[in-house]
Amino acid sequence: MNEMSNKWIGKNTIRPDGADKVTGRAGYAADNTMPGMVWGKVLRSPHAHARIRSIDTSKAEALPGVKAVVTRDDIVEFPLDKSVMLGIQDMRWMCRNVMAREKALFHGHAVAAVAAISEEVAAHACSLIEVDYEVLPHVIEIEDAIKPDAPILHEWNQFEGKPSNIAGTMVLKTGDVEAGFAEADIVVERTFKTRPVHQGYIEPHACTVSYAADGRVTIWSSSQGQFMVRAMTSLLTGIPQSDIRAIPAEIGGGFGGKTIIYLEPVAVMLSKKSGRPVKMVMTREEVQRATGPAPGSLSTVKIGAKKDGTIVAAKGTFYLQAGGLPGSPLRGPVGCSFAQYAIPNILSVGFDVVSNRSKVAAYRAPGAPLGAFATECVLDEIAQALGLDPLEMRLKNTVKAGDKAIYGPTFGAITFKETVESIKHHPHYSAPLDKNPRPGVKRGRGVASGFWYNAGGESSVQVNITEDGNVLVTTGHPDVGGSRASISNVVAELLGVDHARVNVMIGDTQTIGFSNLTGGSRVTFASALVATSATEKVIGDLRQRAAKIWNIDAEAVKWQDGMALPAGDNAGKFPPLSLKELAAKANEMGGPIGTQVQLNTTGADPGFATHCVDVEVDVDLGIVRVLRYTAAQDVGRALHPAYVEGQIQGGVVQGIGWALSEEYLYDAKGRVDNAAFLDYRMPVCSDVPMIEPVMLEIPNPKHPQGVRGVGEAPIVPPLAAIANAVHDALGVRFYELPMSPPKVSARLDAAG
Amino acid sequence: MSKLHIATSINGEPVEFLADPSASMLDALRGPLGLTGTKEGCGTGDCGACSITVDGRLVCACLMLAVESEGHEIGTIEGMAQGDHLHPLQQKFLEMAALQCGICTPGMLMASRALLEKNPDPTEEEVRFGLAGNLCRCTGYDKIVRAVLETAAEMRGAA
Ligand code: FES
Ligand code: FES
Repeated sequence: MNEMSNKWIGKNTIRPDGADKVTGRAGYAADNTMPGMVWGKVLRSPHAHARIRSIDTSKAEALPGVKAVVTRDDIVEFPLDKSVMLGIQDMRWMCRNVMAREKALFHGHAVAAVAAISEEVAAHACSLIEVDYEVLPHVIEIEDAIKPDAPILHEWNQFEGKPSNIAGTMVLKTGDVEAGFAEADIVVERTFKTRPVHQGYIEPHACTVSYAADGRVTIWSSSQGQFMVRAMTSLLTGIPQSDIRAIPAEIGGGFGGKTIIYLEPVAVMLSKKSGRPVKMVMTREEVQRATGPAPGSLSTVKIGAKKDGTIVAAKGTFYLQAGGLPGSPLRGPVGCSFAQYAIPNILSVGFDVVSNRSKVAAYRAPGAPLGAFATECVLDEIAQALGLDPLEMRLKNTVKAGDKAIYGPTFGAITFKETVESIKHHPHYSAPLDKNPRPGVKRGRGVASGFWYNAGGESSVQVNITEDGNVLVTTGHPDVGGSRASISNVVAELLGVDHARVNVMIGDTQTIGFSNLTGGSRVTFASALVATSATEKVIGDLRQRAAKIWNIDAEAVKWQDGMALPAGDNAGKFPPLSLKELAAKANEMGGPIGTQVQLNTTGADPGFATHCVDVEVDVDLGIVRVLRYTAAQDVGRALHPAYVEGQIQGGVVQGIGWALSEEYLYDAKGRVDNAAFLDYRMPVCSDVPMIEPVMLEIPNPKHPQGVRGVGEAPIVPPLAAIANAVHDALGVRFYELPMSPPKVSARLDAAG
Repeated sequence: MSKLHIATSINGEPVEFLADPSASMLDALRGPLGLTGTKEGCGTGDCGACSITVDGRLVCACLMLAVESEGHEIGTIEGMAQGDHLHPLQQKFLEMAALQCGICTPGMLMASRALLEKNPDPTEEEVRFGLAGNLCRCTGYDKIVRAVLETAAEMRGAA
């Protein structure tokens, strides 16, 4: 494939769903309405931590216009003592997150819901529901939650024989870490803190649900996986999966935050009770209070190295903030923090800590950025202490093909070293930097690397040839960032037709085979793989049909440039048959042309990234500005380069927000104080520069086109790269994010 | 509360509708008027997803009352393309992959058009400040800024 001159693979074609999206026609979940529809609204806890003694819904039910009320009694209960897993989600927590059961665990936790003839009536009815709360002391921060006398969220949860807010641990180790430190010439140990940050998708969660008289349910919703919606809704409502049809609307961003559900089971029960279709849309405030975010963290990383920069030992301890219910992404920091380096002795430990915040959800490379923040800052400090160039120090220690990863497998054909080298040789790294451009302003440059696992998994696709000779591809994966464009490039390339003749649709749970979530940097990898297999089958069929028409062997027919041709002179002389001609004859000659392929895909090797950033710090105001950013990444093969670049650029800017401005602020009562975009400060256009992606295309040998996942690795290095650049500018190292103006000022004032 | 009768013009066509006195223009567009191209990201004027024009001026539809549209010219994303002829900005956004999930795109396009009408030859910085009221969480803004600059250059060339 790689030697071939490609017509479509690697080209920036126009995405099949593009015109709909630039004209406002594309149908997102909140755009949907149905005849007879009513509106659902959620009543949310006003307390950060409270036992729910009783819920009286009678006044709400009596309000004119109210059609149904649901509470915890309408959602299937999963007992606390037995875990029921769906993928990585435990239904014990999922059922309690969707609707508070014994306790309200955070301010904004769903407690009841109402369906009524309008949003206003539903909201009014919510205010009439009487909940008898026993308000309990709350705890927000990790340090407080792990103190011996902390308020305990879940009395039944034990750690080391005592009730505790530590709900889980994970340990990875290799070699003998203490012996390793004993050999080191230098050991640096530092503690780092990061705050929870929200995925910040611009589209709030929304769904429309119709429960029909025969018990069949249809769900239109915004999610990263219609099959996940079906499975979780089934578990939480008790309705069989075969009776639920989940139709994926266009999705307005997810970044992991839409890999779980909040509204769908509630809407199903409201629809069942009211006999009407129900629409629910969260407000931004609800999104910020009750969905996502990524965990905050408290991490201690200790690294020991020889004088020449060789790392001999590393130890990481990562406390992650799960929110009100267990489930932090421990494998992020525990498995990823040291994965890019060949270190003989490692001990990496994670703790899952509950506190009275909304339950965390996946966010782009879950947990990995905060681990890399710690590791890559410590490495920077060691390199400085040893007088080494930070990239040289990394080059000395990069993992290579054949090295065993701390999380288990042996690395295949990876390209980490090349990402470091490409930054080292990039003009950005050698560009002169005026460190004191103006009075009161200092500049600095920083680098950092990062790692993410990537994933394969279940994927289904159909390739159908229409009677007029065009191509319709149906995949099972919601398209979050342009994956349809990549798939149409692959199918057009293999079939040898113009890419505009290939349309790509997203199937619903009733029309396409099981497909796992859009997440884990897996969709382009997996769907290109199944689409290749399906297209090859279709080509095989087309060759057979041509062979039949010509009365020769199928082996004597080749497929080239969208046409069947006799393969060589011995096959006979026949004029070529185009896809159009074969399609026109399809129904007389063997029936419809098309196939479905479903696979559990494997071979998604990990992704590595190395970033370089220049910052400018206004010393008086504490404002850190990013001036220049270059991000090198091992992408395997870019099927549609512009969308791969877009993944890198978007991930980097999210990382900039994480490093510099985004955080949740809480008041004394444990309520989020900045639940609006005005105060929860995501980067806007004028906060960031152009982001230069450097795509290293060294094909993944385990994929037909060489694809490697790309969506997550770009958010891993920015936190540390920016902290390292700020250190270079100021000579002051920040161990806590975000480096927002008040914090930078306070730190500089304290430093005198 | 009884509804009020509003007569306005949307994308050049006369429109009449009934609105609650407290309904926002965004609610009216997305509800009774069926124009769901204008998106809601925040409802508080902070994301720009609901950008429309009122007599040519860029406005957040979520911050405007529906009744305020009486007698004014409203422009929405649905009026940006002429039939199947896309506006140069729409075309450039497609060609340069200046959208990923697409939820911010209608608002970005409306804001970009308003920007170029005021300033046909903006610098990168002017584009960045001109679009600072429109959040995009997917693209990192890079491709959007480039698409706007490139469209501006092309439109100047064509003019
Ligand atoms: S919805 Fe109007 S600015 Fe966000
Ligand atoms: S493209 Fe998704 S928010 Fe802009």
